[in-house]
Amino acid sequence: MSIEIKTNSVEPIRQTFGHIARRFGDKPASRYQEASYDLEAKTNFHYRPLWDSEHELNDETRTAIRMEDWYAVTDPRQFYYGAYVGNRAKMQEAAETSFGFCEKRNLLGRLPEETQKQLLRLLVPLRHVELGANMNNSKIAGDATATTVAQMHIYQAMDRLGVGQYLSRIALLIDGSTGTSLDESKGYWMDDELWQPMRKLVEDTLVMQDWFELSLVQNVLMDGLLYPMVYEKMDQWLGEQDAEDVSMLTEFMRDWYKESLRWTNAMMKAVAGDSDANRELLQTWIDHWEPRVYQALKPLAEASTGVDALDETRAQLATRLKKFGLQSQGVSA
Amino acid sequence: MPVKNKKLNLKDKYQYLTRDMAWEPTYQKKEDIFPNESFEGIKITDWSQWEDPFRLTMDAYWKYQAEKEKKLYAIFDAFAQNNGHQNISDARYVNALKLFLSGVSPLEHAAFQGYARVGRDFSGAGARVACQMQAIDELRHSQTQQHAMSHYNKHFNGLHDAAHMHDRVWFLSVPKSFFDDARSAGPFEFLTAISFSFEYVLTNLLFVPFMSGAAYNGDMATVTFGFSAQSDEARHMTLGLEVIKFILEQHEDNVPIVQRWIDKWFWRGFRMLSLVGMMMDYMLPNRVMSWAEAWEVYYEQNGGALFKDLERYGIRPPKYQDIANDAKHHISHQAWSTFYQYGHATNFHTWMPEKDELDWLSEKYPETFDKYYRPRFEYWAREHAEGRRFYNNTLPQLCQVCQIPTIFTEKDDPTVLSHRQIVHEGERYHFCSDGCCDIFKNEPEKYVQAWLPVHQIYQGNCEGGDVETVVSKYYHINIGQDNFEYIGSPDHKRWLSIKGKQTGDKESSSSQDAA
Repeated sequence: MSIEIKTNSVEPIRQTFGHIARRFGDKPASRYQEASYDLEAKTNFHYRPLWDSEHELNDETRTAIRMEDWYAVTDPRQFYYGAYVGNRAKMQEAAETSFGFCEKRNLLGRLPEETQKQLLRLLVPLRHVELGANMNNSKIAGDATATTVAQMHIYQAMDRLGVGQYLSRIALLIDGSTGTSLDESKGYWMDDELWQPMRKLVEDTLVMQDWFELSLVQNVLMDGLLYPMVYEKMDQWLGEQDAEDVSMLTEFMRDWYKESLRWTNAMMKAVAGDSDANRELLQTWIDHWEPRVYQALKPLAEASTGVDALDETRAQLATRLKKFGLQSQGVSA
Repeated sequence: MPVKNKKLNLKDKYQYLTRDMAWEPTYQKKEDIFPNESFEGIKITDWSQWEDPFRLTMDAYWKYQAEKEKKLYAIFDAFAQNNGHQNISDARYVNALKLFLSGVSPLEHAAFQGYARVGRDFSGAGARVACQMQAIDELRHSQTQQHAMSHYNKHFNGLHDAAHMHDRVWFLSVPKSFFDDARSAGPFEFLTAISFSFEYVLTNLLFVPFMSGAAYNGDMATVTFGFSAQSDEARHMTLGLEVIKFILEQHEDNVPIVQRWIDKWFWRGFRMLSLVGMMMDYMLPNRVMSWAEAWEVYYEQNGGALFKDLERYGIRPPKYQDIANDAKHHISHQAWSTFYQYGHATNFHTWMPEKDELDWLSEKYPETFDKYYRPRFEYWAREHAEGRRFYNNTLPQLCQVCQIPTIFTEKDDPTVLSHRQIVHEGERYHFCSDGCCDIFKNEPEKYVQAWLPVHQIYQGNCEGGDVETVVSKYYHINIGQDNFEYIGSPDHKRWLSIKGKQTGDKESSSSQDAA
């Protein structure tokens, strides 16, 4: 059975905007397309920035990577703002349930003091790494020269702020929302030898100029070793240390990382595949940074999972990079 | 574990969840991590004094914003499905949307980029986070505006290539240069320009007129966007006020710098708003209020109270506000006259007001309209009726700073054009006012760089020497469709057909499965 509703319709004179039609033809466009392509100003900038007189605004030469068209880098998740917040709202709902569950039953407050200390020393200081990631991605969003690229990085920036906040809340669950655990944890970040190579690495990324190099280091190399190492390997290890409840509080990070691989891989594929020059430059950067990232994580691995676990994630990263014609020092499985 | 400590209050908890994630760097120098924080001369002695203008953690942000987006897109879908464009007051209204999409929406994107940058530039993490949230909000506005107007683009001309036009079209260099100016400035000036002068002082004169115009003219898609963006705007305004108070409280040396920025950005904003004034008085078939009334309420009264409040910091009202206050009786008419003459080079239509509309203008502008403008408009209407629709084929002289043609008049004599000029390093530069001329004198090295559309055309940088080639090839304005007089335009004909005044209606049916 079907019912027919009479409507008074007028034929459209065009199906989408001209700049979308030039790319995809004059046919009905997706919301992602209309929200993402060719919105960023391209030409006829009026004034050189006082903060960077070597370049114009929206200047493609702020990175040494050259792309025929930066809009070739697209988001396989098709995230425009509405789709992005809709997705994250669902993820945070699940996280909220877990945090509520832990808080109600005081699951972290009841952990042995030694275990609590391990969480504050080994896991919670990563909130500072997240803030570095937040700053780096905000810079990239400001520098990138295509909306498809810029928007993925502002989502990434806000995500990292969110992850930092979830990590902070783990400490607040331990100290009953007094902040003392966060103070203790920050002390490890500042002074514990375990964290100094990582803190140095993060501070080193904060003075990087080339935004694509920065995205490679932050979103591919650092995350590529850190997330599997911490949220898979160390998560298991923490479970063995009677802290398995924490696992439900880091579920967001595991889901998030799995999802982020989709866009970072797409970006790497598009950029490395665009020219040999790009691939060679990426290789130079990887040769320089990947060993540093590995060394920065090594003390954390030594203090928790053992270095074998880190080596495994390093091999995974090498396998991943190989798909883009790139090598890293991990032994590819 | 320490359990004796007090539970954090909301303010402290939010600080732990934002700025406490930052730390004092030791492996890199702070000035290398934040290289843009000091060159403007603004002195910040203690970032910990920064008051978070709102407390929104990311989980709450995602949740609230997702709820808003869900409702907004439900309306967009319903609007498109029901061909909501047929229910607007009159198709002339769509020309306001054309101006908005090509003039304002690209600024939302520029704001996204600008806030993303300053969201990295400050060494105060509280300020960074607030700026980043505004960055992603601005991205939201840029994108939802595309979606709100997507349906109109399918049924009317002139909305089809907004970002391309924004980079090129003569009058769009007015808003573009405004934002380029702010983005090319340092981070504190950017916030003074956009967060304070623009969002806090002038937003009610930009955002509100367009959104109220949409409400009065039956444009459900745009007005729903307006409502949905309201709570974002409220956050942005709070940030604007916090920024200015924070900078002023940090060091007395900041006061003269901020005063100069307020003077500059008030004037630049006021000049750009001429376009909005014209939209309010001429482009809305159902008018909300006159430009003069809006200026009185939103600037003279609200702005007056604000600057009274800022007096204790040693800040005075913006220089030349007396000229702006007086100009409220003139600028919308002067702007519309200009666009009417250059309607062959715009992506929207122009027209002469109908009699009842002229009467409304006479009533709203008793001291100026009948004396200075009505006779000219009636003359042009007669010319049009006799087959001589007036177009001006001489390209206008643009102001070096605001980039508006030098069309405005002297405060004391509305029959004399306001024109200033100075010679700088052997070149002569022209200005519409003392306000713009002062801005140039403070930073000549910046404003000599301006990409002035008229100069560029004459220099042959716009794909052709004649107006027709520039308009069609370089601007992507479809000649005979997007431009010229409204009466008799394809939009006008289409509207008559929608309203059943001519043939062309098409009955169709869509079927739906009933469960």
